[in-house]
Amino acid sequence: MGSITLKQVTKSFGKVNVIKPIDLEIKDGEFIVFVGPSGCGKSTLLRMIAGLEDTTSGTIEIDGQDATDTPPAKRGLAMVFQSYALYPHMTVRNNIAFPLKQAKLSPEEIDKKIANAAKILNLDTYLDRKPGQLSGGQRQRVAIGRAIVRQPSAFLFDEPLSNLDASLRVNMRLEISELHKSLATTMVYVTHDQVEAMTMADRIAVFNAGIIEQVGTPLELYNKPVNQFVAGFIGSPKMNFMSVKPVENDPTVTIGVRPEHLVITKDSGKWHGTVGVIEHLGSETFLHVHIDNGETLTVRADGNCDIQYGDKVYLNASPDKVLHFDAKGLTLSLAAKDTLMSA
Amino acid sequence: MAINKSNKSKFIYTILAWGISGLIFFPILWTLLTSFKTEAEAISASPSLFMFDWTLENYRDVLARSPYFDHFWNSVIISLGSSLLGLLIAIPAAWSMAFVQNKRTKNLLMWMLSTKMLPPVGVLIPIYMLFRDFDLLDTKIGLVIVMTLINLPIMVWMLYTYFREIPNEILEASRMDGANIIDEIFHVLLPIALPGIASTLLLNVILAWNEAFWSLILTAANAAPLTAFIASYSSPEGLFYAKLSAASAMAIVPILILGWFSQKQLVRGLSFGAVK
Repeated sequence: MGSITLKQVTKSFGKVNVIKPIDLEIKDGEFIVFVGPSGCGKSTLLRMIAGLEDTTSGTIEIDGQDATDTPPAKRGLAMVFQSYALYPHMTVRNNIAFPLKQAKLSPEEIDKKIANAAKILNLDTYLDRKPGQLSGGQRQRVAIGRAIVRQPSAFLFDEPLSNLDASLRVNMRLEISELHKSLATTMVYVTHDQVEAMTMADRIAVFNAGIIEQVGTPLELYNKPVNQFVAGFIGSPKMNFMSVKPVENDPTVTIGVRPEHLVITKDSGKWHGTVGVIEHLGSETFLHVHIDNGETLTVRADGNCDIQYGDKVYLNASPDKVLHFDAKGLTLSLAAKDTLMSA
Repeated sequence: MAINKSNKSKFIYTILAWGISGLIFFPILWTLLTSFKTEAEAISASPSLFMFDWTLENYRDVLARSPYFDHFWNSVIISLGSSLLGLLIAIPAAWSMAFVQNKRTKNLLMWMLSTKMLPPVGVLIPIYMLFRDFDLLDTKIGLVIVMTLINLPIMVWMLYTYFREIPNEILEASRMDGANIIDEIFHVLLPIALPGIASTLLLNVILAWNEAFWSLILTAANAAPLTAFIASYSSPEGLFYAKLSAASAMAIVPILILGWFSQKQLVRGLSFGAVK
């Protein structure tokens, strides 16, 4: 079991409300990712679930039990920190054994669990080394090992991959996803990297300034963002936004098109512009096109695209791929927009 | 060109460093040399640095006249005892200041440190009377208490600086792993901070070993440490420079040896937190 329910949870530091009332239901076995820009409150909320931060108001339930005031050790959760937070004076073996010793397990049981964790995480050969003698990826594996031996009801990850280099990050991302599939335990994962969120999550909660803007599956957020913030945050490169002239009966003030939904041609199209910087990534090409109204749009094109810097081009997008936002930044559904237009 | 310039400035700095070190060390060297002179040579109007008749007579006289080893043990017990007792109080205090901070923590630390600026003579009468009333005059336990109190602010400050360097996440991880406060302090914080604790202990042993003001006032024969033993060589009959120097040499040599072997630790301890 590992369901977590947040009911009207808030957190204030003095007069600053870092978490405004939040309701969230995390199902047993789910991999949920909290994503958002720096300072949006995602890590604070994770620490509140862990019990490392007090809750100003509201309740946190773990497996149906109110755990709002329960100390961290008694919540049955395990946490993996950004800085790994390994005990530098202990060997890998003792780092992993520490929570088991605290739980007063017998030495035989401890040895068995360490051997099992070391096998899962490929740590067998490092058990007698100190954390200082390990690479970043190995350290993170030890931190995960220390978490899994406790068999917690849920894992909490606080930006665990941000200290690793890019290639290692991709590997560890896969390892953590594998681990989730094999353990089938609830995982709450905090990151500011939307690629991590999209690739790992069952569901994503997008945070902004202490509130959750939207919760949904990665594809729901990608295809049906509720507002301009979510639309801009999910997707890489980020969505292009253009302001539009107000039209009677149409509340649209901004439209958004994803770079992969823009089609570039030299003949004709909706927007005309000049090609600026071109980024060749091999499999694909990103073109930054300065359109005539002064805005710059990013276009994702084929890797073998033959367009050059300074070329005059036209851009097009299928109408069903264009999102419309009102003055408050909320997404207008096409159906609702049509109704308004025909009224 | 640039290399030449940097070599030249390196040379100047080296000379300067040796010059300053020499200046600081000279009185100690002079004391050591005087301890091997006769009383007549010691007060001679034209003293020589090395060219004199070396003698061990002063050391023989000092050992014959005073119970040196009694004073030595008193010094060991007082300095080590007060440093250990101080650590016992300073570790939890520094832990709470470093990891359970509130907006007044910094003020509290500054206030603690400011008590070191108080001239000891300002609290002479009340402390003396307290010692008299509690029968602590001329007792080692009394001096251990006083030395502990005197050095506590420095101990808390040093340990606080050390503890602040330990990432809070490590302690939080131990809390998530089921550790209570005692486990957290004993199994995680103290082993990590061991170098800092060792240098705090060392520095305070040295400070307590060298302390003279309270030792002279609060002790007589039973609990007198080495500082009181040195002072006993300034007598109404006059100053016996050579014997005084021999006594001083015997008092400072143990701590000098300790300081020499632990200098790396001490420098690291004192500069901790200053340079990242």
